[in-house]
Amino acid sequence: MAGAGADDGADDLIQLEEVTKVYATEAVTVRALRRIDLCIPRGEFVAIVGQSGSGKSTMMNILGCLDRPTSGRYVLDGIDVGTRSNDARAIVRNRLIGFVFQGFNLLPRTTALENVELPLVYRGIPAAQRHRQAEAALEAVSLADRMHHTPNQLSGGQQQRVAIARALVTSPPLLLADEPTGNLDTRTSYEVLELLQRLNRSGITIVLVTHEHDIAACATRVITMRDGLVKTDQYNRPAVDAAAALAELPRPDEEAAPEAPAS
Amino acid sequence: MRSILAAVRLALRAILRSKLRASLTVLGILIGVAAVVVVVALGTGVRNRIGGEISSLGANLIYIWPQATQVSGAKGSAKDSGRLTEADGMALGKEATSIALVAPFSSTSMQVVAGDKNWATSVMGVTRSYWEVRAFEFSKGQSWTEADEQLKTKVIVLGDTVRENLFGSGDGIGEYVRIGKYPFRVIAVLAKKGQSPFGEDQDDRILMPMGSFRSRILPTAPGRVQQLMASATDTLTVDRAVGQIEQILRQRHHIGPDEEPDFVIRTQAEFRKSQEQIFDTLQALLASVAAVSLLVGGIGVMNIMLVSVTERTREIGIRMAIGAGEADIMVQFLVEAVTLSVLGGVVGLAFGVAIIAVLSRALEWSMELPLQAVVAAVGTSGAIGIVFGFFPARRAARLDPIDALRHE
Ligand SMILES: Nc1ncnc2c1ncn2[C@@H]1O[C@H](COP(=O)(O)OP(=O)(O)OP(=O)(O)O)[C@@H](O)[C@H]1O
Ligand SMILES: [Mg+2]
Repeated sequence: MAGAGADDGADDLIQLEEVTKVYATEAVTVRALRRIDLCIPRGEFVAIVGQSGSGKSTMMNILGCLDRPTSGRYVLDGIDVGTRSNDARAIVRNRLIGFVFQGFNLLPRTTALENVELPLVYRGIPAAQRHRQAEAALEAVSLADRMHHTPNQLSGGQQQRVAIARALVTSPPLLLADEPTGNLDTRTSYEVLELLQRLNRSGITIVLVTHEHDIAACATRVITMRDGLVKTDQYNRPAVDAAAALAELPRPDEEAAPEAPAS
Repeated sequence: MRSILAAVRLALRAILRSKLRASLTVLGILIGVAAVVVVVALGTGVRNRIGGEISSLGANLIYIWPQATQVSGAKGSAKDSGRLTEADGMALGKEATSIALVAPFSSTSMQVVAGDKNWATSVMGVTRSYWEVRAFEFSKGQSWTEADEQLKTKVIVLGDTVRENLFGSGDGIGEYVRIGKYPFRVIAVLAKKGQSPFGEDQDDRILMPMGSFRSRILPTAPGRVQQLMASATDTLTVDRAVGQIEQILRQRHHIGPDEEPDFVIRTQAEFRKSQEQIFDTLQALLASVAAVSLLVGGIGVMNIMLVSVTERTREIGIRMAIGAGEADIMVQFLVEAVTLSVLGGVVGLAFGVAIIAVLSRALEWSMELPLQAVVAAVGTSGAIGIVFGFFPARRAARLDPIDALRHE
């Protein structure tokens, strides 16, 4: 089941073995994931696509150590995280994983800088160093000038970039993004994707969930899910370059409005 | 340490976001702490005051009053029915080994006149031992002599209040004061003493030799006195002295061991006890008010923290997703609860101190607020924060990250 070129398991960042997730409610039992086997080597940019309800978010939650599989094994960076304690998993989330959510999930009434600093707080990094790192991360997503704005003073695209900066500030080996462009217009989506591609080229492994095939085309590998199963698993050769796609888009009327607000 | 500071700053920010809610929440703690502080200060005030007043009476003082008995059948006031005499006093001084001094005492209220001033005061007949028994000192002049007592000389010693009202800033020594029909010469002025435990002004009095009093102010049967005051040889011998007085007086008054005595004996310790009892009751009452409002305050803190946890479930989810462990979340909400209740405690402390300042001025009591009480007040409010913040904080820490993130 493993993707091509992943014969030696030692270099796999993510290994799922027969992972199952069952949601048992009073009325029905939903089998959101059915015995999934999946390996993701370091450095890949994986897009997960599939119909609504096919289990993409469930998969992401398990990959992100936010949820535990009902059965099966999940090994992240050599650690069998499925069996670890809540606190150990919190540390894993902090050290190994950066999250970008569809709804941005920034803390309200908290400045961009403070939001980005947050993962460093839980790492116990002193304030001065935290500031420096967070500023650098915000600069990397070209938001240095909006550092002291709170989320309600930022556009959707800017908020998502803050969220990406927050995910990156700890330099995690794995970035998980569940529909990061779901709330953004095409142009802003490509801007975010360009950023992700750049990060991927610098060595970060990315797993991204999306509904849109244009977005999935920018990934190096596309996994299609249906009814809790991996339906197809293909490599894009070559992947679409988001920067190029961005350049081809018709420019918005207003030159001075590169950041379209979320609609 | 630094992370705690950061947590406090975070907590303050969360609290300041809803000032009104926070202030209503901590009202209970505020009242509780204010009450505790006031109770403690009142306690020290009362103790200081009672202690001061009791010792102003003189050391190891014992009072003996005559008492109307059923046997004697007297219906008049205790003063008239008295069968206490100077001779009784002399006998006590001689026979009771645990008694150092005995002073006879009689008094009446009178209008006295000096020049164009007049003043209503207590006029008292005593002997020279009175000064020592009641621990009076002279600010001007000297006591009368034994000869004065025998000759019933018309000399008086003034309390400072009387001096002031009759002579203003002058000391009055050598001047004459008309009491009843006779002019009395002022020979001394007493040093100021202030209030007694009975609330009387101990400086509002005129003293003269017992004989002069009996013959010129309030004629009574020879040797009769209204009261005897005795001082025990030591604090520890007061009880023994009381026993000796009882025995000697029964003998002298021919009262059998089973009969009701025609006198009453009271000691300082009894005054102190009865006064302290009243204030202890008051204090217990206030303390329970404090305890109840601290409890109510604690429940308020718990309630508001539960609301806060629910409101911020999503925030908790985000923090968890980003790497906050259970302990991090727990600390965050505990610190918030403690900050909230300590804020209440500190404001309560300020209120308490203000109340104490007003009270001590109004009552003219010297009250103290011991440092331990301040520390205890703030400490208690912190402890309340921990105790009542624990449950909400644990609830927050045990949230499932996924559920928390999905929370609307
Ligand atoms: N907490 C839950 N309790 C019960 N069932 C759940 C729960 N979460 C997800 N499911 C079910 O599991 C299945 C997979 O859900 P999941 O959220 O993974 O889908 P998805 O692929 O992310 O869909 P979408 O594209 O709409 O986000 C769905 O049938 C959903 O109803
Ligand atoms: Mg989903």
